[in-house]
Amino acid sequence: MIIAQQKPVKDIAAMIADCKKVAFIGCAGCVAVCLAGGEKETEILASAMRIMRRLEGNPLETVTYLATRQCDPEYVVALDEVVKDVDAIVSLACGVGVQYLAERFDKWVVPALDTKFIGGSVVHGIWEEKCGLCGDCVLHKTGGICPIIRCSKSILNGPCGGSQYGKCEVSKDVDCAWQLIYDRMKKLGKLDKLLEIQPFKDWSKSRDVGPRRATREDVIIE
Amino acid sequence: MQTESKLQKLLDSGHFVVTAEIGPPKHASAHGVRHHAEMMRDYVDATNITDCQTAIVRISSIATAVHVKDCGIEPIVQMTCRDRNRIAIQADLLGAYSLGLRNLLCLSGDHQKFGNHPTAKNVYDIDSIQLINAVRKMRDEKVFFCGEPIKEHEPRFFIGAVANPFADPFEFRVARLEKKIEAGAQFIQTQCIFDMERFERFMEMVRERGLHERAHILAGVTPLKSWRAAKYMQTSVSGMIVPEELVQRLKNAEDPKKEGVDICVEQIKYIKENIKGVHGVHIMAIAWEEIVPEIVQRCGLYPRPKVE
Ligand code: SF4
Ligand code: SF4
Repeated sequence: MIIAQQKPVKDIAAMIADCKKVAFIGCAGCVAVCLAGGEKETEILASAMRIMRRLEGNPLETVTYLATRQCDPEYVVALDEVVKDVDAIVSLACGVGVQYLAERFDKWVVPALDTKFIGGSVVHGIWEEKCGLCGDCVLHKTGGICPIIRCSKSILNGPCGGSQYGKCEVSKDVDCAWQLIYDRMKKLGKLDKLLEIQPFKDWSKSRDVGPRRATREDVIIE
Repeated sequence: MQTESKLQKLLDSGHFVVTAEIGPPKHASAHGVRHHAEMMRDYVDATNITDCQTAIVRISSIATAVHVKDCGIEPIVQMTCRDRNRIAIQADLLGAYSLGLRNLLCLSGDHQKFGNHPTAKNVYDIDSIQLINAVRKMRDEKVFFCGEPIKEHEPRFFIGAVANPFADPFEFRVARLEKKIEAGAQFIQTQCIFDMERFERFMEMVRERGLHERAHILAGVTPLKSWRAAKYMQTSVSGMIVPEELVQRLKNAEDPKKEGVDICVEQIKYIKENIKGVHGVHIMAIAWEEIVPEIVQRCGLYPRPKVE
């Protein structure tokens, strides 16, 4: 899922400093699971803003709403009434949600979150990046461990000379992806696969080609 | 594959070669670089010119190499994958060759996190093995990385790579070295050796696979100025093993700088006499370039051989 984290409260406050009434729109998708933009976070943020503004002697009126998914027009339509008379919309979704709201409404729409990466949870409260969305998955060659995003240098023919004691040269807290790949391939009896020289990556399948689009002709409703 | 590199000629004719390293400065004058080059000229066969080492901005490797060449030393241009995509790399390779540079060392490069621009966007479009392979194809198959023919004047580099016997996973290091040689590396420079035992084990595995016969291996050494420098390498430089005895020996020394040079001379002599398959040394006197002539002399490696 997409992992996002809330921006500092004062930064969000600055984005809406000149507004009188603001809608805070959460999202029940990924950002709810990673505890950044679900119902609870939306309510807490709205009330924090109200309190801050009251203390400043410049009260703020808020409305809150939780969209099922902000990355789906179907669920954004439902917001028409909610945002009708606000000066700004604060989206607690990933960057996609913010853009969907901005597309639909002629309003000042701002992000409350920083969209970080796609990953999964390790234990409650800790998430790790696992995929770099490269558009051409090589996990079958690397024992199911992604060298594009989990190796700090995206090496396809690793490990580099900075790998030591199982850790990456960038930090003692980061596992060396190539150590993990090596260990796993060894366990699977497939070390010989790592001896093949992997060719250049086709980054045109990644975002380097410009924004991408995926189509499923068979399910498109005219 | 024969190139115009003097370094290759020396290695191919069986000489025990000496290379050193010149780090370009963090300003726009080549004055210091030229001074170091003049000083080393008669004592080394070629010098590496680092490419924004530890991700710190300096004069580019290619520009510095031209200054060094001007002073009469053959430079080895370093090319990292960190800062350039495949288009920029090839443009620089064509440029470097057109300027008369004949040796190329291919590396992935230190992560930008360590340098003076930790917030930079890194590139890593291709990795070092892919780079080696593509540079070889430019030369031997006369094609750009994309496969398009180079109609004339293909760059004909003597291709080098690095190996780090002190990084992990240890057992895979020799396999990775083989991969680099397979890709086209003709000479290999190792990371600084302080742990001789591990290096000997590494070379044993290299010989088992016959890799020393397929590429020239140059052992990396670094003279240390103080026990603090040794400690720093031991604790803060990734992929480096510095035995505690060495730190202690420098700590107990009356004249640590002299001791550092003594250690380095001992290491070179030991490697030359005892470790089969090593074809030269690469002296990385980081910010202590002045000491290189003395080390070379004391190891009995002076004067340097001449080639046509
Ligand atoms: S190889 Fe590409 S698609 Fe597969 S996990 Fe890595 S970044 Fe994601
Ligand atoms: S240490 Fe490992 S994870 Fe880090 S850059 Fe090198 S190969 Fe990649």
